[in-house]
Amino acid sequence: MSEHEYVPKSKAGKWFNDRLPLLTLANHLTDYPTPKNLNYWWTFGGILTFCLITQIVTGLVLAMHYIAHADMAFGSVEHIMRDVNYGWLIRYIHANGASMFFLAVYIHIFRSLFYGSYKSPREIIWIIGIIIYLLMMAAAFLGYVLPWGQMSFWGATVITNLFSAIPLIGEGIVTWLWGGYSVDNPTLTRFFTLHYLIPFLILGLVVLHIWALHIPGNNNPIGIDIKKPSKDTVPFHPYIVIKDGFALLMFMIVFAFFVFYTPNILGHADNYIEANPLVTPAHIVPEWYLLPFYAILRSVPDKLLGVIAMLSAILILAALPWLDTSKIRSAVFRPLYKQFYWILVADVLILGYVGAMPAEGLYLLIARIATAYYFLHFLVVLPILGFKERTTPVPLSITEPILGGSPNLATVKNKDSFKG
Amino acid sequence: MKKFYRVLFLLILFVGFQFSSKAAEKVEYLKTDWSFKGPFGKFDRAALQRGYQVYQEVCSSCHSMKYLSYRNLVEKGGPEFSLEQAKAIAASFEVKDGPNADGEMFMRPARLSDKFVMPYENEKAAQAANGGAYPPDMTVLVKARGGGVDYIYSLLQGYEDPPVGVSLDDGVYYNKYMYGNKIKMSNQLSDGLVEYSDGTNASVEQMAKDVSTFLMWTAEPHLETRHRMGFKAIVYLIILTVLVYFSMKRIWSRVKTEV
Amino acid sequence: MTEKKTNRRDFLFTATYAVGAVGAGAVIWPMIDQMNPDASVKALASTEVDVSSVDPGKTITVLWRGKPVFIRRRTQEEIAEAKSVDIEELKHPEKDEDRAKNPEWLVMLGVCTHLGCVPLDQKGDYNGWFCPCHGSHYDISGRIRKGPAPTNMEIPEYKFVDANTIKIG
Repeated sequence: MSEHEYVPKSKAGKWFNDRLPLLTLANHLTDYPTPKNLNYWWTFGGILTFCLITQIVTGLVLAMHYIAHADMAFGSVEHIMRDVNYGWLIRYIHANGASMFFLAVYIHIFRSLFYGSYKSPREIIWIIGIIIYLLMMAAAFLGYVLPWGQMSFWGATVITNLFSAIPLIGEGIVTWLWGGYSVDNPTLTRFFTLHYLIPFLILGLVVLHIWALHIPGNNNPIGIDIKKPSKDTVPFHPYIVIKDGFALLMFMIVFAFFVFYTPNILGHADNYIEANPLVTPAHIVPEWYLLPFYAILRSVPDKLLGVIAMLSAILILAALPWLDTSKIRSAVFRPLYKQFYWILVADVLILGYVGAMPAEGLYLLIARIATAYYFLHFLVVLPILGFKERTTPVPLSITEPILGGSPNLATVKNKDSFKG
Repeated sequence: MKKFYRVLFLLILFVGFQFSSKAAEKVEYLKTDWSFKGPFGKFDRAALQRGYQVYQEVCSSCHSMKYLSYRNLVEKGGPEFSLEQAKAIAASFEVKDGPNADGEMFMRPARLSDKFVMPYENEKAAQAANGGAYPPDMTVLVKARGGGVDYIYSLLQGYEDPPVGVSLDDGVYYNKYMYGNKIKMSNQLSDGLVEYSDGTNASVEQMAKDVSTFLMWTAEPHLETRHRMGFKAIVYLIILTVLVYFSMKRIWSRVKTEV
Repeated sequence: MTEKKTNRRDFLFTATYAVGAVGAGAVIWPMIDQMNPDASVKALASTEVDVSSVDPGKTITVLWRGKPVFIRRRTQEEIAEAKSVDIEELKHPEKDEDRAKNPEWLVMLGVCTHLGCVPLDQKGDYNGWFCPCHGSHYDISGRIRKGPAPTNMEIPEYKFVDANTIKIG
């Protein structure tokens, strides 16, 4: 940050800024030089910030009316839906907001994978991002338990039982998590507490994520290092602010459609049946955003190994900056990687699909192949590709793509916002 | 742009998968035209009032409605009974109140602020009276079943003789829309079972439709507000999006001159 | 840039800001309104009380909207005392007739108008109520006579449904 360049104009501003340089920070954020060729896949950072704030604000409101007690939780949610002023709206925003949050984070992650944003010098940003993603999954899972419907209860039972796979101490850990011999009131109250805590941890990590981003600056679609500020960059305000705002509004239209017209389509009907420890629903399915990992879990026939596989599937992402050996960031100049990238996207979608299906017959076979490929992609394909792949020529700057002739450059140039 | 279409294609494929997977597991339900479907859908007041009557005369002897209060019957977007009608309905039920000054519980006529009186004291009592099967609470039943309102509508009309080779225990009935086809509730509706005060012919189909409409409302009492607000919200968002789009074009045009 | 162009741009930006601000306001309102009393709370606005067992000179306290309501069956002496007070002397002049339509029964919100404590029955300098929190003295009509409270104790809306039943609210 350039602390010494900015001096507030007013005397009071200067007085304040000398003691707490908030104005310097604001100035840094507005002037922050951003590559001017960022495409719309880059707007999801801003959209995610919106999602987080929406979840925190609506969550605070819900917590004012929700009762974390096994006998009253389900009824208190109905109370919110029926009696609280705008309660139905706030709850539907919160419930669908979780799905929208994950939709945005998946696009954000896959954008990073395509343009190599995780590579040096942005490894720390990436790893913080993975931690945020893990915390999001934890928050989503804990939150799903709170309405105390059948899916809440049995989801909580199944997921906490994953810990019983740990040899020797597993059973003890599960009992400790539950605070009893089954998922019950103590479990619910602690889940509520943790569900309330995690978003603020995420908020803190988001600050670190952005801080770490502002050291090297944004990656960009052609993945080259750029001089800042230069004619390759524009100040964050108003250029990126308005563009992020435009994308956010488009996103909000989709969001609003879910909230107002199909608010329950992403949820499961069984969660409108109050939790009953005596009856398990016909099939237990997690929310859509956890399905790929659920498929990986079920594809391994061993309890412990299944859990390990599922965890590794996420943790392997943290090692990605070192598994990908290519010096070129953007897939635009990596014809082979681009093919494998789309195979990976399809692979994850297939995992999501079979995750929703019963784990038997053909589905199980597909799940196993897709799981194997998932790990193959990161552990074998990426390291080898970096050495073997013949990349196409990379331009030296955004404004002067001096190395013409590459078919990809045309694409890049079109992405150069609003010039054409 | 090619990339964008490819992503779009994959997304559509994925969503398609999801729907086909849902479609695969459900039977084809009976169709009827629901007035509350669609972005401008509203409840049919008369149907809601008739549906309440069916619930009251037929269902409520076994099925509770524990999240609904008598005052809800008056509220906008619902059956919209008049205040007097709703008060009379409430007063026809007895609720337990207390303790009074002597420390004793007593019965009194229900008021608008009371919740619907339950047919059984608790779940165990309900099971005991119904051969071990618990008649589910009906308040959010529509949302608690995968097929939603169509499922309820079909189920009520889905009783038939079991096919050859299917044997049923005592107190178990065959219904072609029930999951597993075996249901512990016997066929409840028959033509002319209730006498509608508005003169509507109480056919099985009519009663099934009315009570399903009523159950849709009890599950989603704010549906009409939601639809209305949703339309306004989306129109607003589109207007703002257009304005922001042109503002964005204007702002980014400066870069072009600079470059 | 030409003058005309600048104007048009200004209008566009102003319109965008204005429309955006309207939306922000519309979003904030549900977040505020959710803290107002909800439908179930509003529905509980009335309570019926059986007062047949209250003897003269006794007060019962009932709960209404989460607050205590004092229902005192006053003796003839108390009624006479309440009526004899010179209205002009009072901090908050109100006739006893206006406070107790049926002079035998005083129905009032048992909440001190100073800072909301519940005053004690038959205490204080005026044989009425005395608030232990900050020393406000009320007379047998619930009128403020001494101490920091600004007004008399509030009379809720109530009516006699029959001779023995009072409906508050």
